[in-house]
Amino acid sequence: MTETPTYPMPRGRCPFDPPPALARIQENQAVTRVRIWDGSTPWVVSGYDNARAVLADPRVSADSLLPGYPSPSAGVAAGRQKSRSFINMDDPEHAAQRRMLTPSFMVKKMEALRPRIQEIVDGLIDDMLAGPKPADLVQAFALPVPSLVICELLGVSYEDHDYFQDVSRKLISRDTTAEELAPLMDDFLAFLGKHVDSKADNPGDDLISSLVVDQMSSGALTRDEIVHMARLLLVAGHETTANMIALGTLALLEHPDQLAALRDTDDPKLVAGAVEELLRYLTITHSGRRRVALEDIEVGGRTIRAGEGIIVASDIANRDATASPEPDSLDITRKARHHLAFGYGVHQCLGQPLARVELQVVYSTLYRRIPTLALAEPLDQVKFKHDMLVYGVHELAVTW
Amino acid sequence: MKIEIDQDKCVGAGQCVFAAMDVFDQRDSDGIAVLLTDEPTEEHWEGVREAAAVCPAAAITLHEN
Repeated sequence: MTETPTYPMPRGRCPFDPPPALARIQENQAVTRVRIWDGSTPWVVSGYDNARAVLADPRVSADSLLPGYPSPSAGVAAGRQKSRSFINMDDPEHAAQRRMLTPSFMVKKMEALRPRIQEIVDGLIDDMLAGPKPADLVQAFALPVPSLVICELLGVSYEDHDYFQDVSRKLISRDTTAEELAPLMDDFLAFLGKHVDSKADNPGDDLISSLVVDQMSSGALTRDEIVHMARLLLVAGHETTANMIALGTLALLEHPDQLAALRDTDDPKLVAGAVEELLRYLTITHSGRRRVALEDIEVGGRTIRAGEGIIVASDIANRDATASPEPDSLDITRKARHHLAFGYGVHQCLGQPLARVELQVVYSTLYRRIPTLALAEPLDQVKFKHDMLVYGVHELAVTW
Repeated sequence: MKIEIDQDKCVGAGQCVFAAMDVFDQRDSDGIAVLLTDEPTEEHWEGVREAAAVCPAAAITLHEN
């Protein structure tokens, strides 16, 4: 009997490719057991069709409080005891809360934000060009863009960005222990609670205010439920897009033909396609989608029993040749819309229309405004986020 | 081509609107998908097929002759 492999697995030579050991599992479209940080042995699901089947299956739960749920780290497990949002609930509870938020992230609403996002992006590029070089693209640009946008949307003061960016980083670090996480989360919930309370006294034209006015007053949501929602939206609203901006830029700099094609186009469809391809190729959510079976299910020729944990490895599923021919090549002209970077099923990313507009504006602006943009350090010196639940780069020294 | 949407299944991810903005829209009250037309003209078919293929809730059914 072969030994159960440890998950997550280390990446190989190419920093953009998923772990080679995961690729070998997918060669057979396998569903196989892995060992995680707490010694438990959930199933890892490879293969595009297998991944979609599991994520769409109502017999599979996203409830992080159920026994058998494979938390990605001790810190995250402890965090969800203190703050669980609807993404870790099942229907009908999940759907009821999600539907309160969907109007705020509708495609047409996010499209209406495009001029404001363009203004933010242009302003940050102006500042970076006026400052010293080399510059750290993460601090100067990648983090501020989505942070400014989500702050305006939620009605959170951007002046607090150092605080919430630092907390977010710690919340999604694999190395944060349960003991470290508890006070951090308490403090963060108190910070957000103050925002919710001030909106109750003095509502503004923002999402937290509308939740307080529409949902808390009618008793549909409690104050604490709004705080947990705000925690999810603030963290997910800046950290993921920031990683796509910085890691996406690095991937394009390492693929100069693709960068040139993107920089030289006036076709918004090509830009939109490039965003989808970068989402597929990079799949920064490299910790997989975590689930637990509520009933016995068959997938990939295996039976997953009720109560057993499941990790749907969407990063490797997005490199499945049966769904994406020549999956390991970055090709901004390919049709990549079917990717699983935002997940699949009822929990698919609520904020994806916002992420799309932000990334379309960034990718169609940054390389045009700075055509000589270049890496200011060798690739092997770049600090990748192997230690984080969401992949990216910690810093990115660029010059022009 | 005729389109049906199961609004109980819809999760409001907006994938269909992104794929075919002239055919799909989202309801202001809850972001759930609505049809602007249930029999789109041929120039929209590619986008509509993409919408049905990527819908995360498999809420879009196409009837094609």
